[in-house]
Amino acid sequence: MKRYASFALTLLTLLPCGLHAQNPVTSDRLANAAKEPRNWLMYGGDYFSDRFSPLTQVTPANVKNLSLAWVYQSAVAGSWESTPLVVDGIMYVTQRPNDVVALDAVTGRVFWIYHYNNDPKITVCCGANSRGLAILGDTLYMGTLDAHLVAIDIKSGHPLWKSDVADSKAGYSITLAPLALKDEVIVGVGGGEYGIRGFIAAFDAHTGKQLWKFYTIPAPGEPGSETWGNCKTATAYCDPDAWKHGAGSAWVTGSYDPSLNLIYWGIGNVGPDYNGDQRPGDNLYTCSVIALDADTGKLKWHYQFTPHDEYDYDSVQVPVLADITWKGAPLKAMLWANRNGNFYVLDRVTGKFLLGKPFVKVNWMSGFDDSGKPIQTPQPPGMPTYPAVQGGTNWYSPSYSPRTRLMYVSAWEDEGEIFGGVPVEYKEGLNFGGGNLSLFVPQADAPTKAIPNAPTIPNLRRGPINNWTDAGGHGAVLAIDPLTGAVKWRFRMTDVTDSGIVSTASDLVFTGGREGYLQAIDARTGTLIWKANLGAQMINNPITYSVNGKQYVAAMAGLSLFTFALPN
Amino acid sequence: MTSKASFKRLILRAAAGLLLSAGFLAAQTLQGHPEDYSRADIEYGARLYGEHCDRCHGPNGTGVSGVDFKSGKFRHAATDRQLTAVITSGFPEAGMPAFKLDDADLAGLVAYLRNMNTLDRGSLKAGDAARGLLVFEGKGACLNCHRVNGKGSRKAPDLSDVGSVRSAGSIERSLVEPNVQMMPINRPVHIVTRDGKAIDGRRVNEDTYTVQIADQEGRLLSLQKSDLREFTVSTKSNMPSYKGELTPNEMSDLVAYLLTLKGQ
Repeated sequence: MKRYASFALTLLTLLPCGLHAQNPVTSDRLANAAKEPRNWLMYGGDYFSDRFSPLTQVTPANVKNLSLAWVYQSAVAGSWESTPLVVDGIMYVTQRPNDVVALDAVTGRVFWIYHYNNDPKITVCCGANSRGLAILGDTLYMGTLDAHLVAIDIKSGHPLWKSDVADSKAGYSITLAPLALKDEVIVGVGGGEYGIRGFIAAFDAHTGKQLWKFYTIPAPGEPGSETWGNCKTATAYCDPDAWKHGAGSAWVTGSYDPSLNLIYWGIGNVGPDYNGDQRPGDNLYTCSVIALDADTGKLKWHYQFTPHDEYDYDSVQVPVLADITWKGAPLKAMLWANRNGNFYVLDRVTGKFLLGKPFVKVNWMSGFDDSGKPIQTPQPPGMPTYPAVQGGTNWYSPSYSPRTRLMYVSAWEDEGEIFGGVPVEYKEGLNFGGGNLSLFVPQADAPTKAIPNAPTIPNLRRGPINNWTDAGGHGAVLAIDPLTGAVKWRFRMTDVTDSGIVSTASDLVFTGGREGYLQAIDARTGTLIWKANLGAQMINNPITYSVNGKQYVAAMAGLSLFTFALPN
Repeated sequence: MTSKASFKRLILRAAAGLLLSAGFLAAQTLQGHPEDYSRADIEYGARLYGEHCDRCHGPNGTGVSGVDFKSGKFRHAATDRQLTAVITSGFPEAGMPAFKLDDADLAGLVAYLRNMNTLDRGSLKAGDAARGLLVFEGKGACLNCHRVNGKGSRKAPDLSDVGSVRSAGSIERSLVEPNVQMMPINRPVHIVTRDGKAIDGRRVNEDTYTVQIADQEGRLLSLQKSDLREFTVSTKSNMPSYKGELTPNEMSDLVAYLLTLKGQ
């Protein structure tokens, strides 16, 4: 028997791709995802969303030998913002608008494709994106553009159930990857430009029944409602029912600390985005991070990064959780590079503000009061505000390496915008921005004056020619020391970047950018070690995984998914 | 408690303020405009554009790759009816939502989209394009550096489609204050390669690792930045100012001629 067992073990280790043990992904496996470095089990890699991989096969010494393993061509137009999952040799990835593709993670050959038929009248701002999936047991979970949650059988690709999450006619959508934990699947909604009332909701992983729902905009009488002020002036349009369409979307996945049983979620802009006059007050819980009890959805604490936001500084960045030493004592920390241009450290047990420091040029505020509230400095009419509407960073994920103790952030530097608010009346399903904005390209010899009609950084997608240059802003990868907020190194790019980051235990940082390069950077020095031109912009978070002991690095550029590995 | 009527008044006041502050129409007139759209529609459309379109397409109409509203060329819309259909149907799965707008809104938006490149009219009176050609090729000596439809030098940008991509005001400013209006991509570059070769030209494209330039003879070169000893981007235009060099009439005629250059 012993001999047979040994033979079976040998056989298992020699199984070709596609014949791996495919055990259900239990909630315990999810809670211990960091112990399965071969897999990528959720959007942020693990519940701490640090996007740090313990894999070490690819090193600073050999990364220059990376070569193409396979390409999957989606043939679906539009920016591809998804983060794949990899589970025991199989990759699951969403492609626009709401397809799920299961592939052999070694060869790129497809097992199945599930196509979800959205309501043709969907209303989504800024791209019909699906940023990925959650997995629990033998089921995949996807949020849809028409605001449903769909459960899909992992082996056949067949749908199991579909739950209503919100009304897409009113501008609700789901573009994030759900978060699965215990027996529930949690989603947030998009629609911040359509005057939704945002929320985060949990659904039973087996039945799709809603378990709890937390509105990110409190109703009158609820805690936080006092931050939706009364209209006092007749000189400007003011909406006494502003809270009803106060937005507060949640369009990027949150994080989870099992030891505290708290989920953390970043909340988006207030509605209307730019005209603050018609919604007096701080407008909680927009532009905030909220900590919710994972079982009940009850609010434990919140911190608002940008009170009364008039710049669309969504705080939807994925909360990065890290256990660090802070002033000599252990700290359960939350690290956050915010769209508003500041890097923050919070105590994730209490929500206490510990540090805030700009990581890009910031002039909408001048500092913080003792409570951690920003001291706002609105710019005069016609003068640029920094950062611009796309922010110092945005939805793409940063990474924190516990080895280097540095936070790696994709940043937009030196981009300014002239903001202006105009009254806007809420109408269901219609744009509720209330602004008139223009990006600002400064004259070389008069930095406070704009070059009229100069090309600016495209908001969404770019072609192969950069005719805006770096005159109106540019990209960078920044390595930030959480203890001080200081930038330890800076990797400058000519164009901006919407690519997330993955760091590895071999001290490599992988990232992309709009120029189409997949790049490997030395995590300690910021030196470029390797790059590959993938020919189109990367607007997603790269991942790394391994199958049969071989490490892969995967990222999408344009319409294709590229996977690299070291030669045999 | 603001009533709907007073809300609309506020909207119109804000729209007027925005247009004036943006310099779209200040001290300018749309009289003699070649397109058949009312000024009120264009003004109203400008506000709607800021509200609905600016976010993705940008203030210049060039925010989405492959789309340039100022050019007057729309890939999926040759007629106004088709343009209206694009706006109301969108391309939802590619990311452009269907906009639910009433007829008045659509008329305004279409009027503005058809006139984006004509709102910035500069300070010049209407000129004569035929006389402008004579200025261009004669007194202005523009062909010494520029090129139009295969004729002229390659030192400076080819102007064969300048009337599509630049407004009257923008062309006027280029003639009067070249340093102010020079687009960053056109800034002169001076390069010295590692082996000591000096190259002067202007960029046609650039990324973090490479730069593509057209040299003084128009040759296209693609260079690795790591191979360069020096890479300097000047903020001074090589173009002389024509302020005081051309009469106001000559300036108007020259701009009128350049606006006729729409490319092929």
